[in-house]
Order: sequence, then C-alpha cells, then structure tokens
Amino acid sequence: MLRIECPCCGPRDHDEFRYGGDASVSRPTHDDPDPEAWYAYVYVRKNPAGLHREFWQHVIGCRQWLVVERDTRNHVVSSVTFARTSRA
Amino acid sequence: MAPYSAFQIFRNALSGQKNWQRAWRAAEPKPSYDVIVIGGGGHGLATAFYLAENHGIRNVAVLEKGYIGGGNVGRNTTVIRSNYLLDGNTQFYEFSMKLWEGMSRALNFNVMFSQRGQLVTAHSADQLDGFGHRANVMRLNGIDADILDRDEVRRLVPYLDFSDTARFPIHGAIFQGRAGTARHDAVAWGYARAADGHGVDIIQNCEVTGFIRDGERIVGVETTKGRIGAAKVGLAVAGHTSVLGAKAGLELPIESHVLQAFVTGPLKPLVDHVVAYGADHFYVSQSDKGGLVFGGNLDGYNSYAQRGNLGVVREVAEAAIALMPCISRIRLLRHWGGAMDMTPDASPIICPTPIDGLYLNGGWCYGGFKATPASGWCFAHTIATGKPHPLIAAYGLDRFRTGRTLDEAGAGPSAWLQ
Amino acid sequence: MNAQNKRLPGGGRIDRSYPVEFSFDGQKMAGYRGDTLASALLANGVTLVGRSFKYHRPRGILSAGPEEPNALVTLGTAGRREPNLPATTLELGEGMAAESQNRWPSLAFDVQSVNGLFAPFLSAGFYYKTFMGPTRRAWKVYEHFIRKAAGLGRAGTEPDPDRYEVRHAFADVAIVGGGPAGLSAARAAAAAGARVALIEQDFLLGGQLLAERSDGAAASWLNQIEAELKSFDTVTLMKRTSAFGVYDGNVIGLVEQRDQVGPPRTGEARQTVTLLRARSIVFATGAIERPMVFANNDRPGVMLASAARTYLNRFAVLPGRKVIVTAVNDGAWRTAFDYAAAGAEVTVADLRAAPPTALVAEAARIGVTVRTATRIVDLHGGRAVRGATLAGPYGQSEAACDLVCVSGGWSPTVHLTSHLGVKPRYREDIDGFVPGAFPADRFGAGAMMGNYATADAIEGGHRAGVEAASFCGKSAPVSAPSKLDLGETITTMLREIPSAQGGKAFVDFQMDVTTKDVELAHREGYEAVEHLKRYTTLGMGTDQGKTSNFLALSAMAALRGATVPETGTTTFRPPFTPVAIGALAGRATGHHFKPFRRTPMHDLHLANGADMLEVGLWMRPWFYKQSGADVNEAYVAEMRNVRQAAGLMDISTLGKIDVQGPDAATFLDRVYANGFAKLPVGRARYGVMLRDDGIVFDDGTTTRLAENRFFMTTSTAKAADVLSRLEFLLDTAWPELRVAITSVSDEWAAMSVAGPKSRAILGAAFPSLDVSNEALPHMGLHESQWEGCALRIVRLSYSGERAYEIYVGATAGEQLWSRLLEAGRPFDLKPYGVEALGALRVEKGHVAGPEIDGRTTLDDLGLGRMVGKRSSFVGDVLRRRPALLAPDRQRLVGLECIEDGKRLRGGAILFLPGEKAHGHGRGRITSVTFSPERGHYVGLALLAGDVATEGSEVVAVYPMKAETVRARIVSPVFLDPQGERLHG
Repeated sequence: MLRIECPCCGPRDHDEFRYGGDASVSRPTHDDPDPEAWYAYVYVRKNPAGLHREFWQHVIGCRQWLVVERDTRNHVVSSVTFARTSRA
Repeated sequence: MAPYSAFQIFRNALSGQKNWQRAWRAAEPKPSYDVIVIGGGGHGLATAFYLAENHGIRNVAVLEKGYIGGGNVGRNTTVIRSNYLLDGNTQFYEFSMKLWEGMSRALNFNVMFSQRGQLVTAHSADQLDGFGHRANVMRLNGIDADILDRDEVRRLVPYLDFSDTARFPIHGAIFQGRAGTARHDAVAWGYARAADGHGVDIIQNCEVTGFIRDGERIVGVETTKGRIGAAKVGLAVAGHTSVLGAKAGLELPIESHVLQAFVTGPLKPLVDHVVAYGADHFYVSQSDKGGLVFGGNLDGYNSYAQRGNLGVVREVAEAAIALMPCISRIRLLRHWGGAMDMTPDASPIICPTPIDGLYLNGGWCYGGFKATPASGWCFAHTIATGKPHPLIAAYGLDRFRTGRTLDEAGAGPSAWLQ
Repeated sequence: MNAQNKRLPGGGRIDRSYPVEFSFDGQKMAGYRGDTLASALLANGVTLVGRSFKYHRPRGILSAGPEEPNALVTLGTAGRREPNLPATTLELGEGMAAESQNRWPSLAFDVQSVNGLFAPFLSAGFYYKTFMGPTRRAWKVYEHFIRKAAGLGRAGTEPDPDRYEVRHAFADVAIVGGGPAGLSAARAAAAAGARVALIEQDFLLGGQLLAERSDGAAASWLNQIEAELKSFDTVTLMKRTSAFGVYDGNVIGLVEQRDQVGPPRTGEARQTVTLLRARSIVFATGAIERPMVFANNDRPGVMLASAARTYLNRFAVLPGRKVIVTAVNDGAWRTAFDYAAAGAEVTVADLRAAPPTALVAEAARIGVTVRTATRIVDLHGGRAVRGATLAGPYGQSEAACDLVCVSGGWSPTVHLTSHLGVKPRYREDIDGFVPGAFPADRFGAGAMMGNYATADAIEGGHRAGVEAASFCGKSAPVSAPSKLDLGETITTMLREIPSAQGGKAFVDFQMDVTTKDVELAHREGYEAVEHLKRYTTLGMGTDQGKTSNFLALSAMAALRGATVPETGTTTFRPPFTPVAIGALAGRATGHHFKPFRRTPMHDLHLANGADMLEVGLWMRPWFYKQSGADVNEAYVAEMRNVRQAAGLMDISTLGKIDVQGPDAATFLDRVYANGFAKLPVGRARYGVMLRDDGIVFDDGTTTRLAENRFFMTTSTAKAADVLSRLEFLLDTAWPELRVAITSVSDEWAAMSVAGPKSRAILGAAFPSLDVSNEALPHMGLHESQWEGCALRIVRLSYSGERAYEIYVGATAGEQLWSRLLEAGRPFDLKPYGVEALGALRVEKGHVAGPEIDGRTTLDDLGLGRMVGKRSSFVGDVLRRRPALLAPDRQRLVGLECIEDGKRLRGGAILFLPGEKAHGHGRGRITSVTFSPERGHYVGLALLAGDVATEGSEVVAVYPMKAETVRARIVSPVFLDPQGERLHG
C-alpha cells in the first residue's frame, strides 16, 4: 500500500483514496474558449519517471482533494497538501 | 540457419545437443541503419521482422536496453482474442488473430498459440444483451462469436459458481472459440530469430539516451553503445513511451500504469479455456506447464515500478473466488507487475509523428500482447512507406484533437479509469 | 502400521507423550507432536516421496524448510483438496492424509518415468522447435497430451468449506525471522521501547539453532531469550506465520497457519492474512543451503547437510546409517560429527585440498573417514540411494551409502528485501548475494547479510534491533544480549564447478533442469539470466528456485567465462512462499464478495413479491411476480398500469447531493450544460453534465430549495463519480466559489408515483396537502414534515405521465411506501420494477445508460437544443471538436418495427435497405420495448446522421439470432410529444 499522510486524517492506506491524476497540468479558466488549452489540459501528460504531482481524494475520510508529490519509480511520497491551498 | 523441426531435434539428440546454433546473433551496432527500432519487445521485434519480410528492408537494428522480451511481452497473461466492438478496433484485432493463426509456421518457432476459446460471463440480462451487440458486430465482421446461456456455460465450465450463494449469478456468457493463449516469451524469441535470419541486428544492453537531429529531422540515436545513424527511427517501448518521447521532444496523451499478473503452482488440467469474470476484474487461463495464470485491474496510479500492491492482489483473489470457488485452496506462486502505456481512450497510438523520421508505436494499454503481429505488420508498413497502414488509420495521434477517439469502454478521458 | 524404525530412542524437540497418526498414500503411520510431515515420513523410513515434473524421477526429501523442491504432497479431499504442499513445512496433524503427486498408477511404479528414456529429445525448449505442423491447428492436438503430462498436483473442483480471515496490524519494528539474529533484534528493539512484531514461519522459534542438539548451549540460549521476549507486553510473537511479501509503505503481508495439532475450533479461521504496517523492518531471514551438482544428484537420500542435521537433532530421526557428507566449507562437518555421534558410519568428502586441521583431527578422534580434494561424481540407486562414485587425488572409487549430505555453500535469503526494489549485491567472500543498500527504515542481520556465525548473528541482530527502534524514536538503553558461540568457523569457500560427467546432473530438481540444459541455453544465446530461466523453466517451480537459482547462475557464469555478478542476479517476486488464494480473500467470498446495498423499502419489496435484480451493488425490484408469469409479461402489465392508473417505484438508489452556498447557482451553472442560474426557487429542472472532453457524463434533476440551496439527483450508477467530480472542481478549479456539497443519498428514501391517477393518490395519502396543479405544477416543489421526518415532493416525470417524486427521511421510507400503496389501492396503484421503468422511458424517448455510454455528445442525444448559445460550462469547448460535429456522427432516433410478428432487439446493427449486412453498419439499436401504446416494438437507436431521415426505413440485423427486421425511423418520443400528460 502507498501510505498517504492526509493532512486532515493522518497516515492512511492509499485504497482509502480516489486517484485524480496529474496535478501539474493547469486547468483553463471555466470561460476559456481555446480548444488547444483544453486539449492540453485533458490529454497531454508529462508522465514522468520520477517526481509526480498528483491529485488524490480522501473519499473514505475527510473527502478533501489533496496534492501528493510521489516518485513514480519507487512510490516514495515526499509531500501531501490540501489541493485548495496548493495551486501550482 | 537450419530450420527447427522434429527431424532437427532427433539429429541433435543423437549428437548431444552440441550442434544447435544461437537463436539470434549477439550483434554489435553498425555506424548506421536504414531503420532503427527502439525496443526489443514483441512489437519492436515483429516490426523489424516485417520490415525485412514484407518490405525487403533488412538493414535494420533493434535496440534493447536490457534483454529482449524483458518488458510486457514477457510479463502479460498471454490472452489473445479479437472481440472488439468499435469500427477500427474490430478489423485490426481480427487481422492480428489471423496472423497469430499462422505465426508458428511463419516464424518456424512454436509460439504455442492455443485456440482454446475465451468466455466472458454475463451477470444480468442487460449485460448479456450488451454481449449480444458485441457478438453481432463480430459476426458481421467475419469473426466467430457465440452467446451462451447459463446452462451452456455450466456445461463448459462447471467449476464456476452456479450456487445460490453467488453474489452475482451467472446469466450467460459471450464466447469466442478462436481466442486463446500463446507462450509469450516464444513470441519475442521467434520474431527475434526470424528477423535475425533476415539480417536484422538485435542489439541487447543498448539503451537509447537521446536522438540525433539534422535540423527538424531525426537522423539517429545516442546510445550506451555510442551514436548510431538511421534514416528512420521507430519507437516501440510500451510502458516507457513518454520517457523516450520526451527525449525526442514529444509530449503525449499517455500515462504509465502498473498492471499485475499472477500465477499459481503447476496443476493438472483444470481450466481448459480463458475465462473472464463479467462482474468484476478477474480472468484466468492455465498454462501448458499447469500454472493458473490470472490478472485483474490496474493498480490505478501512475507508476514505473514494475511491482504492484497488496490491495489489488486481495481484490483479485476475492474476484477469483467469486467466479471459481475451487481456486480458494490453490496457492498463489508469484505475482509481478508491468508498466502499461495507458491512453485516454484505451486504444493504441501507432502512426508517423510530427517529427520527421520518427514513428510511434505505443499506448497499447493492457491489450498489447494480442496485437503484437498486426502491430508489427502495420508499423513496418508505416515506417517503410511513411503512410499509416489502412488498418491503423484510426490510431493516429491527432484523434484526441479532432475528437475521433476510440473509447471501447466509454470510460475516458482519465487514463487510469480505462 | 509402520514402526518409526528411523526414530532415535531419545532427544529431539518432539513430544513423545503425544503420538500423532497420519497416512501417506493410504498407508497408516505414526509420528509425534512436534514433527513435520517430512520428519515423520523419514522416521517411518519413507525415502521416496515424490516424482519430478518432467522426467518423473523418484525423489525424496532434500531440505527441512520452505525451499523444498521435491517432497510435494496433496492434502485433503473434495473442497479441502490442496496440492503442491512441501512436506517439510507441514506441521504434523492428527489424521493428516497425504498423497504423493505426479505419478500413475503409483509412486513406486510410475509409467511416465519412461520420459527419462526420451530425455535426449526433451532438451530445454525442444517444444519451441517442433509440433508446428502438419496444419495450423495441429498444436491443439499435441497440446492436449502435453497438458495432461504437465502439472504436479491435482486441484479440487469444489468450493472450499473452510474459513479465512484478513486483519490489519501495526508495529514500530517488524522483525522477519525468529532465528538467533531475529530473536536478538526483537529483544533489543523491545528493550529500546519499540512495539515489536516477530514473525517466524516455523511453529518453533530458533531458526538454525533448532538444528543444534536439543539439550546444549543453544537450547539454553533459546529458552532464555524466549522467556525474555515473553516478558515484554510490547512484543507479539507470531509463529506459524510466513512473511510472503513486502509492499510499498512497509506493509508486510503475513499468512498464519492454524495450529495443526489440535482439532479446529468452530468458526476458527484456517489461515489468517495480516497486513502489518511497520515503521521499520529488520530482515533476519537466514540463508538457504545449496545442493551440489553431479550426476544423479537427485536420488532419494540426498539431503542438504543442514537439513540432515535438523532431522537428527530436532526430530530425533536418523535417516541413514552409512552417510557421505560432501562439502565445500566447514559447516557441513558438524553434520558429519553429529551423525557419527549418533552411531552412523560417516565419510566426509571435502572438495578442498586442505580443510582446517582442527576439523580433520576431530574427525579422526570420533572415527569419521575424511577424503580431501574429493568429490562425488555419480550416485547409484533408484528409489533410494545405494552408493556413490567418488573422485579424488587417487582416482575414482565406489562407496556404499544410504544418505548423502550435500553442502554447496549458502545463499542468503534476500528475497523479501528485494520486493521493494533493493537490488542484491554480490559478496565475493561468501560467494553469495546479500541485500544492497537499504533505505533508512530497513535493516538486516545474521545469515541473511552473509554473517553466518551464530555469535555474529546475535550481535548483528542486536545492532539492527537498536537501530530499527531508534528509527521509530525509541532509544531507551539496552543491555547486551547473552552470548552464544557455537564455534562455527567460516574459512575458505570453494566454488563448486558443476560436473557434467555421466548421467543427469540437476540444477533445478523440481523443474528437472540439468547442467546440459544450461549449456544448451548458453549455446543458443539465452544467456541473460531471465532468458535462461524462461527458456529452461529454471526456478519456475513451487519452490521458485530457492535452491537452484544460484547454481544455475554460477553454471552460466562458468560457461560465459564471466563472474557471477557480471552474469546477473535474479529478481525475486512475492510471495516468498505460496499463499492460498482463499487466505488473501479472507471473508469476502460467496454472498460477502461485495456488500449489498438495500433501499429502506427492501423488505417490503420482498414481501410484495418482487423479483430482485442486482444493479451494481444495489438490489432493486426487477418486476413484481403478481404482474405476470415472467418478466416479459410483467413489465408490459406494469407499464399499462402506469399509463392507465398509477404505479409506485422505489427510486431511493438515485444519488442525492445537497448543494449550498452563496455561489451555488453559479456553480451549477458551470457544471451543467444547461443553465441553472435562473431556475426559480421552488422549481426543478432536468440537467445534463458533460465530462471535460465534451462527452455526456450524467443526467438528473436539480431542485432549487432556496436562493442558495439546491437538491441534486444523479443517476444510480454515477452517484459516487458525480459527487467526487463536483468536489474536485470546487477543491482544485474554483476554490473561490462559496459552495459546500454533501452527499445525502442515504438520508432519503425516495419513491415515485406515476400515472394519470397519481394526483388523486397523493391527495389521499396526504389529506392536508394541496395537490392542485396551481399549488404543485409540473417541476414544482413541496416541502414539509411527515410523521416527524422531512418530506420533499417534486413533481417530476420519467415515464411521461403525471408523476411525483417523494423524498422522506430514510427511517420513514417503509411507512410512507405502505401508506401510498394503501391510499392508492382504490386507484389501482401498483408497484412496478426497473424493467417497466426502463420500458416507460424508452416509450417517452428519454435517454439512459445504453445511450449515455461514455461516447455520446449532447448533439448525438438530441439534447443540444437545451444548451442553445450558452458557453462557459464544463466540456463546452471540446464538445465542439470537428469529428464530434461531423454530419455522419451517429445520433439518437426512434425506430418502430414495421414487420408483423417480428420484434426489435437492443444490440441489432442497422443497415440501409439493400445494403450488404457486413461491417459495423450505420448504427445500432440501443434500447427497445414493446409499446402497449403503439401495439408493436419501438426502440431508440444511434444512427448515422447523414441517413437518419425520419420516415425512411432501415434494416436491423441481429446475426446471433439470425434475425433481420425492417424498421421505420421516427421521432424518439413515441408518446405524447407535446407533453400534455405531464402538465395540467
């Protein structure tokens, strides 16, 4: 199990969480009409073999969306913050 | 190279097995090639073989960073089927099935393609109707398909859970008789040996570290064995497509995810088909050695670590028993993971790229093994002619921009949910 | 019954006061509590225990642990049948009935041992080179016979009647291995203040110390430390527990066997899997002795030297009286000395020219014959070893023997340490692999690190225990451990070069891989370790190559003229020892595979004759048996009743979300494709959500309860996904919006009263309620209390009839359902199920799951008009990608069957009249129903826009039933297109 230290609930197994994918992509503003910006946001991924900023939601817990920094080669988690306060 | 045959085995038995030759030469890189294929997995080796066999392009090197067949071709659960729904997928996978049917003889290497039939159980009337739709599409495309009712399923696979304590009772199944399994390593070795026979250099322990450009065009690669020139470069490195793509300057709609596979100790014949559970993530077949080979769902987060986690192991065990209760006392012998290229529509990307001289073959999600021969065939055509083979016309990189995605499960666009 | 003719009269760690009866291949035997099946078989003089995989060679017992490649048995019958169990790991239990495997008709006479004669043809990988003809399908025929010959044990086909548990546990320090290093580590970590879990696969603690005499210094040391550990209430001793895998987050997978000796207690789990989360881990997993490779080195009676010593000292069994001990190091001499002391006639054949003089002198003192620079080159005997050919400085000689103890050195048990990616590192001085650098939270000690002497193991364990505790912040002072020096000398190690002279020399016993196979793999270019393994099947057996991997690696290294580390290492995959799949599943089997979700009215549905249907995890009424003889009859009757009178439907499974806050309207305006900002208070609206890629995500209704408060419903299937997605948008995209959302799905029971008489029924059920069209119009809301619970009535219709969705606090659900049925009886109100629900919506042309299939857009579904010129909602930009607007995109149409006596079917493929039925057609039928209104089958379909002209015909082809039927393209709304039934 990955162990994710939820800032609200403490360290928990990752299967209490819902994965939300890459958190480094920037979502266009809701009224952005540029298809290219939305294409990049929805589809294009750096997919690094290394440090990855990603979303996880503590669904069986506080239900907060979190931003987790994790190494995709060894699953070492280096930071966890609330998504609300950690916009890139 | 002497062809493999029963006669050769007999002759060599008499001479103490001393006269067998290397299956493929231990090649070292030449200064340049017409085509370099990066990745000595099933797809890369098949591509090299068909470049030589179908297009007469023999000045080809396959560069493999480790040993050939060490990636997903040697890590998968070996299921081969052609039961796809969508226009574009159906025809491609059926073409692949036809190549499988002739593969051992074409390669002179027994890949043990065993057409033992695959069935997927249905657990509601609606699900069975959905299978009816799929079967209709298959039949209308010249592919064998059958719909079985509960009693027919019971006759075929009596060891499944037909009791009244089944959480999701079996209503029926879809069955493809020509589906089956193959010996996965043999596919890599067979293509390697046949490609080598055509003069292709298979270079192991040769990692590509960069691309050489002349202006906008790619004209070769940097490797741990030095610079190697190439008129064309094909990328077939499933699991690591993003990493190599980034070196070439490509950002792709691909995420790497880990899929686990499982095997039990060797047992006398028990499971005579490929059986998949329609109510959850579990599928199983029995290898010729006797081990039950099975799998489940993705671990569900980006990963390049070729290992999975215990949570999914347990989920797969639960689903296994839900489908076939008698598996409970059988012991899991080994489980491992493979890094999959997951795309936002679960269909592959195989096409020329915006970069001159670079061709892409990736994004096979968890379905790459069954595609191996057709992928090699069509990718070779694409590299040789510079134009996509008609069977892979739907697999272009631009489909995400245009909206012409091929989302077989309708689960997109989050790759890990596919 | 066999006497225990090989059992010594005294000694050992068996309980002679507690005899245990068991059987092997039907023959009754006896052993004692404290035996393993293997030791009990040896005590009874059984030498032949199994047959090998390929050549069906007779095999005995090689080891005394989980590395056993040969002695595999099957236990149990019917649902309890369990194949491929190493006899060396089975604690002897009363009535245990073991069967040998992979033999026919009997273990002693096995027809397939004839395979050995064909060995020259059955070289590694021979099957890749033949069986390719004469036809493409030929392999299927060959395979049938190959499959029958392959495999070891036979599995049962019945369900397992026993019970398993999965539990979770936590510790500061987990220590894997209860030998001297692990025990010492546990003591140190506990003394430092850490909570400790000590994991030992055996039913006794002690590890390699159990091979020592049961009355010596080792035994006193063990007793003392065990007592010390028991004095800590922070130490959990987990015996009979195997650590099968180490996973991310320092989660160790453990499987514990129930005590085999006593009878099982009712309800007790046969095995328990524990997910142990440890802050730090000490690996003290010991080492596995290597066999030696020479001709016929697999004969029954060949045993690892340490195992032979274990059987003698721990189990008081003397398996042989004429013993040859052959070794490349000093350790095996201790076996020779102990056997000599027990009265056996012993010869030591040491491959080294000059073993330590102290050993030679001791041998001379107690009458052990010593032959230096001597090796075994061949063994004789069939079902039991009878003699050996020795080759030494003075040529070859023959020696009679009934036990051959081999020691080719040791391989540290690094398996678990590498599960998380720590690569093994070659240590030249011990000629073996030890773990590479550990991360800060993992430690190693003892033989696993290559430190074989007991004194070093105790010291190393102590140090690791202190450090592991310190990593967890526990650093209380710790006293030094008691010393135990068994005087092991570890001097020169000699790499044994496998001999290929004479018969088959096995590298992997279980998989029958010989030195010749390794040579062939090398010759053919399968030199990478993984190629070698995969080509020869080396290490693929139930033992996962625990005794064979290093031998093969060193043989390949010799062939390549390379060092062992240049040749490679192998990757160790979990599990360390095989784990029953049932144990991993625990209690999640049968009915308990997945939880059931039941609505508050579930019991009433059953009482009212509902035939229930699984819908995801939910159980919903499919149809009511009183409505008809089967579902087809019932759903039409239920539909008719809704259209003519009224029906009552349980809709509690809908997702329900409370949306509150000053920006709630803005929020909904962005997440729905159609506008919500201007929805008046007290009104409901149908809404559609898109995914970011512009594909339809879900639909439902949302009601504005107050200026800043909305009540949203979602489809049953997407309830969790929608909630999570909305939370995602608020947390990550629009944190500035002042909105809070909460799932209230389980708080409300929900039911729908639909049909022309629904208003009258509502009036009868709620006498004080003004149900007039003015007070409660279509899309109107009523809120109040009912029987002390909150009540919401929203006038919404899915069926196309006048209808009311009634929400009440979940606890009052049953009561309200009954009240409505009672009030509705004079109006012919009857409950209806999901089959009728689906049919009603098809008739009304509402889309649902079959149309919202994750591939369709608003325009595809004919819903584009809802949006108009709006923009700035989720999915708006990408829904306008060119391919999604193409004129030949498939879009929703209605179809009606125009052939008498025929029907439409969902899943039929659509072609134009006269078109060849081939390929993917122009579209497909998604949903159908018999329409009582129209008197024939109608359906919804997705059909290419360029041919979807209302009034024209298509042909629906259903090859699986050999059906072809003509249909007319019509509006998808088959009923009341003006919506007159809804209003008024």
